[in-house]
Amino acid sequence: MKGSDGVKGYDVAVIGGGPAGLAAAIESKKHGAGSICVIERDRELGGILQQCIHNGFGLHIFKEDLTGPEYAERFIDELKELEITCKLDTMVLELSADRHMDIINTYDGFMRIKAEAIILAMGCRERTRGAINIPGTRPAGVFTAGTAQRFINMEGCLVGRKIVMLGTGDIGLIMARRLTLEGAEVKVVLARRGYPGGLMRNVAQCLYDYNIPLLLHHTVVKIMGKERVTGVLIARTDEERKPIPGTEELYDCDTLLLSVGLIPENELSREAGVKLDPVTGGPVVDESMGTSIRGIFACGNVVHVHDLVDYVTDESRRAGRSAAKFVQKSLKEEGLLIKTKPGDGIRYIVPNLIRVDNLDDTLELFMRVSEIYRNARLMVKADDVVIRKVKKMQMAPGEMERIRLDSKILKDREVSVLSVKVEKEGT
Amino acid sequence: MYDIAVIGAGVIGTFIARELSRYSLKIALIEKDNDVSNGTTKANSGIIHAGYDSEPGTSKAKFNALGNPMFDQICKELAVSFKRIGSLVIGLSSRDMNTIEELYIRGLANGIPEMRVLNGNEVRKMEPNLNDDVSGALYAPTAGIIDPWELAIALAENAVENGVELLLNHRVTAVEKLPGGYRIHTPASDIEAEYVINCAGVHADEINSMAASTHFHITPRRGQYFVLDKYAGGLFNTVVFQCPGKMGKGVLVTPTVHGNLLIGPDAQDTDDKENVETTADRLLFVRESAAKISDRIPFNTVIRTFAGLRAHPNTGDFIIEESKEAGGLVNVAGIESPGLSAAPAIAKHVVELLRGAAGKLKERSDFNPLRRKMLKFMELSDNEKAGLIRKDHRYGRIICRCEHVTEGEIVDAIRRKAGATTVSGIKRRVRPGMGRCQGGFCEPKVMEILAREMGKDMLEIVKEEKGSFILTGRTKGSQDYEGK
Ligand SMILES: Cc1cc2nc3c(=O)[nH]c(=O)nc-3n(C[C@H](O)[C@H](O)[C@H](O)COP(=O)(O)OP(=O)(O)OC[C@H]3O[C@@H](n4cnc5c(N)ncnc54)[C@H](O)[C@@H]3O)c2cc1C
Ligand SMILES: Cc1cc2nc3c(=O)[nH]c(=O)nc-3n(C[C@H](O)[C@H](O)[C@H](O)COP(=O)(O)OP(=O)(O)OC[C@H]3O[C@@H](n4cnc5c(N)ncnc54)[C@H](O)[C@@H]3O)c2cc1C
Repeated sequence: MKGSDGVKGYDVAVIGGGPAGLAAAIESKKHGAGSICVIERDRELGGILQQCIHNGFGLHIFKEDLTGPEYAERFIDELKELEITCKLDTMVLELSADRHMDIINTYDGFMRIKAEAIILAMGCRERTRGAINIPGTRPAGVFTAGTAQRFINMEGCLVGRKIVMLGTGDIGLIMARRLTLEGAEVKVVLARRGYPGGLMRNVAQCLYDYNIPLLLHHTVVKIMGKERVTGVLIARTDEERKPIPGTEELYDCDTLLLSVGLIPENELSREAGVKLDPVTGGPVVDESMGTSIRGIFACGNVVHVHDLVDYVTDESRRAGRSAAKFVQKSLKEEGLLIKTKPGDGIRYIVPNLIRVDNLDDTLELFMRVSEIYRNARLMVKADDVVIRKVKKMQMAPGEMERIRLDSKILKDREVSVLSVKVEKEGT
Repeated sequence: MYDIAVIGAGVIGTFIARELSRYSLKIALIEKDNDVSNGTTKANSGIIHAGYDSEPGTSKAKFNALGNPMFDQICKELAVSFKRIGSLVIGLSSRDMNTIEELYIRGLANGIPEMRVLNGNEVRKMEPNLNDDVSGALYAPTAGIIDPWELAIALAENAVENGVELLLNHRVTAVEKLPGGYRIHTPASDIEAEYVINCAGVHADEINSMAASTHFHITPRRGQYFVLDKYAGGLFNTVVFQCPGKMGKGVLVTPTVHGNLLIGPDAQDTDDKENVETTADRLLFVRESAAKISDRIPFNTVIRTFAGLRAHPNTGDFIIEESKEAGGLVNVAGIESPGLSAAPAIAKHVVELLRGAAGKLKERSDFNPLRRKMLKFMELSDNEKAGLIRKDHRYGRIICRCEHVTEGEIVDAIRRKAGATTVSGIKRRVRPGMGRCQGGFCEPKVMEILAREMGKDMLEIVKEEKGSFILTGRTKGSQDYEGK
């Protein structure tokens, strides 16, 4: 479809062809959106999943244990069956609030397109050495875990032989195992806090099973080496994660891997004027995954960093459905709006806003706790009334929590704030 | 036999080589590293100082004042970005205001135009993000900012276009006197030249001592910096200095020509000429000092820290002269700050020195002062972008997603004269990896392009210096695995 201004138009344009973008596009199509275009800057669809050749994907959605590429394949196949347009090797350079975007690739050149609804699904990027400020020299041999993963899994190249890893994000944990299997020696993995950042399942399967030592409350205070890393100085950290002077210890290594966090990739959102949540780094979203700009939706890691792809898929299907409804003008834009509020022990809650009239039968709240809790409860309150208590054996910041609520509870009363807090046992 | 050998391809060596390439001379530019601009020139504040700081009568004062106005033309010729954004020296106390008055008077003596002393309100109007206790400032509108390595790279490229031979990976280990010239020894090959110009930065004292018996001494004085993301670049409009102290100009805050915010440096003498380590305590000092300028600096948007070495001479001033006993050896040494600002005037002066020593220099008729602009894809209009991709589809592939650098730009940076051969070389020329992800995403792709363009294997690609290998082998599953 070409508009009168010569700008190519779609019902729905999806930026990013990772699991979030794929699920959202498919769901939009199934719910009646006409023309859909998925724009992906990489040579293939699948996003971060294409480099995750380990298994552990799909346990919730497919009740099967798949590898990343296998999980992605199911969605890519469906996308093809539904004949959804994809532009690969195509980068969205600019997005505006009136839902125009500038894209480029080698085959269409420079192009401006327009869509009735846009779904942001750009994923996230890794925090780097600069962002966490490790002093010392600046030699080769310092990698983020994701870059190392790309070199190893996509290019078939090794990044080092004697490795120290700082940070315990899931990519890092998985890379520790992978490097060990490739014959490298992972000397130690350091966590700045008193607990690992990634999933406990990954700590067990990637570190413990391979006898890789994990030092809690430790960090790297200095990088050494001129051409290539020759060692790092590590130190214990105090409760505020600051290094304790006098506890330094030298580790001889040729590589430092960083797995120190992921940041939602919101440069485009920011330029378009989408309101961002300072805690998640992603757009403020409502129950339909709508952002602060009408007709722009968001899902997946661009909203908040997920540890399970299954949750990404759920959330993204919702975004896809909403975009289709928006195009068909059946998405409600007025009526009661409830705010969600993270209480004690909760870092954030997604969604930030709930428009009751758009709710299906259930409402899903995603959240992360701010520290480790054992035998505690998540307590959900609608204004002052406790509407749900969920008992949890263990909660950790590395594991996203999900609460499902019956929408009826919210529809039946005029709630203004929905809050969740952690209640420790015995209180 | 060369007429002239220039040792050191920093901004001083490249500038001199380029100035000399106007004449019919056979010139070698000798550099120990695998790229130009790998020394101090890659790690400094990038400020073209107005010229009020140096003591009147010194070479520093003279060449800074002469050099500053030359930047407009040279940057135009070489298509290097340069912005005259002006500078402020802010005062926080009445003592500071006295210093500012002294600087103003010194500036007048140095012949610096357009300076003004501003009161607190005037300053805050120019820079709303300064702290409230700023009581006034010296404003010098002629100060500017530049990308120093872009300048040196452009100078080298233009020099090579005009016939200069750039000899990378040639570390000078000895300088031997011959009748009528010198033999310069390097592990790669020996080079003979009638005149030797020593621009070896922190190592210039060693080069001098290889040929002469009167010595000078250079102390590396390290300065450390933070680079902040572009979100922070708009915090200031001008270069903001604090009042100078004993160890130099103090910590400053400035936007860069690329729109980032740069904060630093401290000053600390070291005894290691290769020591460009950053340290936690000094970075903390920089941070705390910067807080005196503004408490609104978002240190949570730091994307990188780095350090550079000032070549501090025991004489206290630039050393720019022909050696008295080793005739034909011209030292251009101790070029600490404001060396970058002074570079164009120093280069002109060195040409005059040579004219004096060697007699008439014959100007070439075919000297081309212009360098083809490095195309920045993102700065083109929509139509130009579309047209360019139609002509060369490689401009349609974005390699660096933070700085939006295309494959076309990277290939150009490799194929130019004095082109890039390393990941850092590409980064310095066209900026992939300079952005917020610091190369996390584009590094593998940049390496692939480098390998392809140079006909090398991925494993041979280095980050920066010789030996700075990024990859250590093949995975067991890969086709090229050899470790069975
Ligand atoms: C290393 C790692 C290990 C994991 N392990 C597991 C696991 O074992 N089990 C599990 O269930 N989950 C796991 N996860 C979680 C889950 O896979 C991710 O959270 C999920 O892939 C996120 O999907 P996404 O689509 O939001 O982001 P991504 O997969 O990152 O996709 C975003 C896509 O957008 C594209 N894009 C971005 N900007 C633009 C632009 N301007 N123009 C065009 N395209 C653009 C990108 O190229 C990318 O393809 C893991 C995650 C990581 C990072
Ligand atoms: C922290 C800091 C901040 C500064 N800020 C500013 C500023 O804002 N404004 C300003 O005007 N100036 C500033 N300066 C000064 C400016 O950076 C220098 O004056 C300038 O870069 C010096 O250039 P150069 O070519 O002399 O040295 P370099 O760039 O160090 O070049 C010397 C070259 O010689 C080569 N070499 C050395 N030994 C040998 C050998 N044996 N054989 C072959 N090659 C050799 C080196 O590899 C190097 O490439 C600053 C300096 C520092 C350190």
